[in-house]
Amino acid sequence: MAALDQTQVKEGVDQETVDAVREVGTYKYGWDTDIEMEYAPKGVGPDIVRLISEKNEEPEWMTEWRLAAFDRWSQIEEPKWAMVNYPEIDFQDQYYYARPKSMEEKPKSLDEVDPKLLATYEKLGIPLKEQMILAGVDGAEEAPAEGRKVAVDAVFDSVSVGTTFQAELKKAGVIFCSISEAIREHPELVRKYLGSVVPVSDNFYATLNSAVFSDGSFVYVPPGVRCPMELSTYFRINAENTGQFERTLIIADKGSYVSYLEGCTAPQRDTAQLHAAVVEIIVEEDAEVKYSTVQNWFPGDENGKGGIYNFVTKRADCRGDRSKVMWTQVETGSAVTWKYPSCILRGNESQGEFYSIAITNNYQQADTGTKMVHLGKNTKSRIVSKGISAGKAQNTYRGLVSMHPKAKDSRNYTQCDSLLIGDKCGAHTVPYIEVKNNSSRVEHEATTSKVDDDQLFYCRQRGMDEEEAVALVVNGFCKDVLQALPMEFAMEAQQLVAISLEGSVG
Amino acid sequence: MALPEVKQTATEARLSAMSLPDAGCTRAAREDALARVREMGLPGRRDEYWKYTRPDTLVSPDVTPAEVFASDEPVMFDGFDRLKIVFVDGVFDADASDDLSMEGVTIDRIEDICCKDIHWAKELYGVLEARGQQPVQRPLAALNTAFARDGVAIHVTGKPSRPISLIYRHGSETSDAMLHHIIRVESGAEVTILENGPAASRFNKCMEIDVADGGVLHHVRAQGRDHQRRAATHMFTRLGAASVYKSFTLTVNGVLTRNEQVVELTGDDAVAHVAGACVGDGDFHHDDTVFITHDAVNCESRQVFKKVLRNGATGVFQGKILVKAGAQKTDGYQISQSLLLDDDSQFLAKPELEIYADDVACSHGSTSGAIDDTALFYLRSRGVPVKEATNMLTLAFLAEAVDEIEDQSLASDIVTRLEGWLARRS
Repeated sequence: MAALDQTQVKEGVDQETVDAVREVGTYKYGWDTDIEMEYAPKGVGPDIVRLISEKNEEPEWMTEWRLAAFDRWSQIEEPKWAMVNYPEIDFQDQYYYARPKSMEEKPKSLDEVDPKLLATYEKLGIPLKEQMILAGVDGAEEAPAEGRKVAVDAVFDSVSVGTTFQAELKKAGVIFCSISEAIREHPELVRKYLGSVVPVSDNFYATLNSAVFSDGSFVYVPPGVRCPMELSTYFRINAENTGQFERTLIIADKGSYVSYLEGCTAPQRDTAQLHAAVVEIIVEEDAEVKYSTVQNWFPGDENGKGGIYNFVTKRADCRGDRSKVMWTQVETGSAVTWKYPSCILRGNESQGEFYSIAITNNYQQADTGTKMVHLGKNTKSRIVSKGISAGKAQNTYRGLVSMHPKAKDSRNYTQCDSLLIGDKCGAHTVPYIEVKNNSSRVEHEATTSKVDDDQLFYCRQRGMDEEEAVALVVNGFCKDVLQALPMEFAMEAQQLVAISLEGSVG
Repeated sequence: MALPEVKQTATEARLSAMSLPDAGCTRAAREDALARVREMGLPGRRDEYWKYTRPDTLVSPDVTPAEVFASDEPVMFDGFDRLKIVFVDGVFDADASDDLSMEGVTIDRIEDICCKDIHWAKELYGVLEARGQQPVQRPLAALNTAFARDGVAIHVTGKPSRPISLIYRHGSETSDAMLHHIIRVESGAEVTILENGPAASRFNKCMEIDVADGGVLHHVRAQGRDHQRRAATHMFTRLGAASVYKSFTLTVNGVLTRNEQVVELTGDDAVAHVAGACVGDGDFHHDDTVFITHDAVNCESRQVFKKVLRNGATGVFQGKILVKAGAQKTDGYQISQSLLLDDDSQFLAKPELEIYADDVACSHGSTSGAIDDTALFYLRSRGVPVKEATNMLTLAFLAEAVDEIEDQSLASDIVTRLEGWLARRS
């Protein structure tokens, strides 16, 4: 953006536009918070696993579970099949546990929380109402929320620093807390469901996560309850050389509904950082879960230095009949993304949907997609994936649609479109389609194209500069997915699309 | 990286039963190919490229016996004036073949190349196969380059008046044949190559095709009806500027067929169309694996594959379009569709795109499903009996692939085969 600072602003361009462009030009969340941290020693081993378990005051069974996962992890190899290149990760050169010192003693009320921490969340733009709660203002819980209510669980490096609206959710019977708290308070639920969708030995990163996950969110929505507000988790990696391994477990019991939002940011650093999360969703009969992500980890600078390595395993198990899950993701951040939110459609008439926008610029690499495994009769799935590649980035859609012999009368529709901006980037599609019965219908379409010159010309003619025009065209290209996002996220995502493509034209 | 032990053992077991032919000037190419086989190892069940097709019977040292099938159908392409080259169990049969001389083309047997010292042939034998080993390995093709003892070298310099017809006959129940053909189409030359027949109980065929600027090659193949036979075929094609390559394959039956097409468009404005229609019943496994690389400006590629499957038959399609950086204005199209006539059959597909240039229009589509009830109802409501209506819709489904054959009389011969299959099956 330095270039922009030095350019003479042409007459007739108002200052607001210049400021707006200036603001979106950089990674907005690249600052770090100078806060005293407590680290576990570098590296990973049974001792570290035990230490994490101990710090979270976990029961014995949990420690054993983790150790078994670690044992398994030491025996398996890192997968190499994805179309991403990155230097060998030294798993012993990472911190696996870091938490703000002020959290050493669990704050009894949120006003004991380090003000710097709260300032961090303010800077990240987390709605004011939650800030009051995070800051522990008396009666904040009862204060009327401005606009739509969103309960937030904020995770700072390895620990959850606070969850808002807990009381109100409790009234509805919804449990929303950090996973470490759930392990202590609701062991019967955690024991029953943890690892039941993503088994301990599922894959290299999921296994590592099972061993060393430090925190994350836990949601339980009881039968017949429509969660009164949207739930949201905000993940922030702050400390240097720290890996974040969060674990999210969402259980939607019979006939319930919940919408869950996830956001992530990290400071701008020269060295790459590791993030390996696991999200498990259990959807019982007639229940519905909406899971939306705006992933905006630091993508590395324009020369490909630094950034987050994002290796995520997300899977939803539609166990009950007529259950429904919807994944929506906007992937704009991370230097390397390896992520395939999946749906196991086990219940009859269950439905899975996957909407994705993946934007890569500069040296970013994304290998992302979904798996739709149809096991039950009359199951339906829909995949809409939009990949946008600019700069020297590589963007891959990798997916699986599998119709098992018993999944009679099932239906899948897949649409993957790729857009290339510039001639140094790449866009790839690797779908696997397996159809094992004839009453099911599977359709797959994919296209690759560039930004249409006519559309650009039209926009330019009406006074937009090239970057604005490209952002508009790209937003149009992504429309199908943006519409699937909850309101707040859709606005943020739209702006992110423009930010991520900054500097990609001309 | 050292090969996994299982793979190495399997590879050595196969190699120990074979010896390199003493083939003069192709000797060096054969030795290189053997080294490639040793380095890659023969395909195994865990190889990603063989995810949907089990290579065991293609790799094992022993051939699974296959009955010789006596067909009552008229011989394929019989009504065409063509130059016949006959191989029985992978060995050239001079008596059954026509005189190999024709204007505009020179045909030699592979084993004669060394004595005659034919330049172009030496420069092609094993060369395109070796190029085709990147980025995906095709060890069975390298095995073929090393050990194939027969085949023809076709040098097209003009526009021969008749198509060249390669006829493969199956004689022995335990035959294990390997054929390696090389074809060079010179600038401005044009030829049609026909292939038909089951060849052998186990057949490994490799064809290397080099089409110079402005050359044209049409290829129509019908793989024989022998039900028990197994085949792995590779076609490596390199296309120069403004050249045209159009290939169509018909497969009816065969317990295992793996057809790989590796096409490289290296000159601007080149055109490659690869199509296939297959109809399978029961113990039938058919795999079309296509890899098209665009490495020049303004090229066009088309892949059209249609499969009709019933009684537990399996159809596989693995297709890839790779557009290299700089291959602007590429037009790439790929469609793979299956019609599953009953609930036991399956279709497994992996249609891929890998694109490094921005000004391209590439698309692929893949669908799978049963016969459209509405269409069936329409026909029945107009008095067409259900069997006939089903056959009609099946043929219509396959038509898009058959339409890729430019010569109408060849296309109608193919349709006759398909009708025969439907009649036998209904």
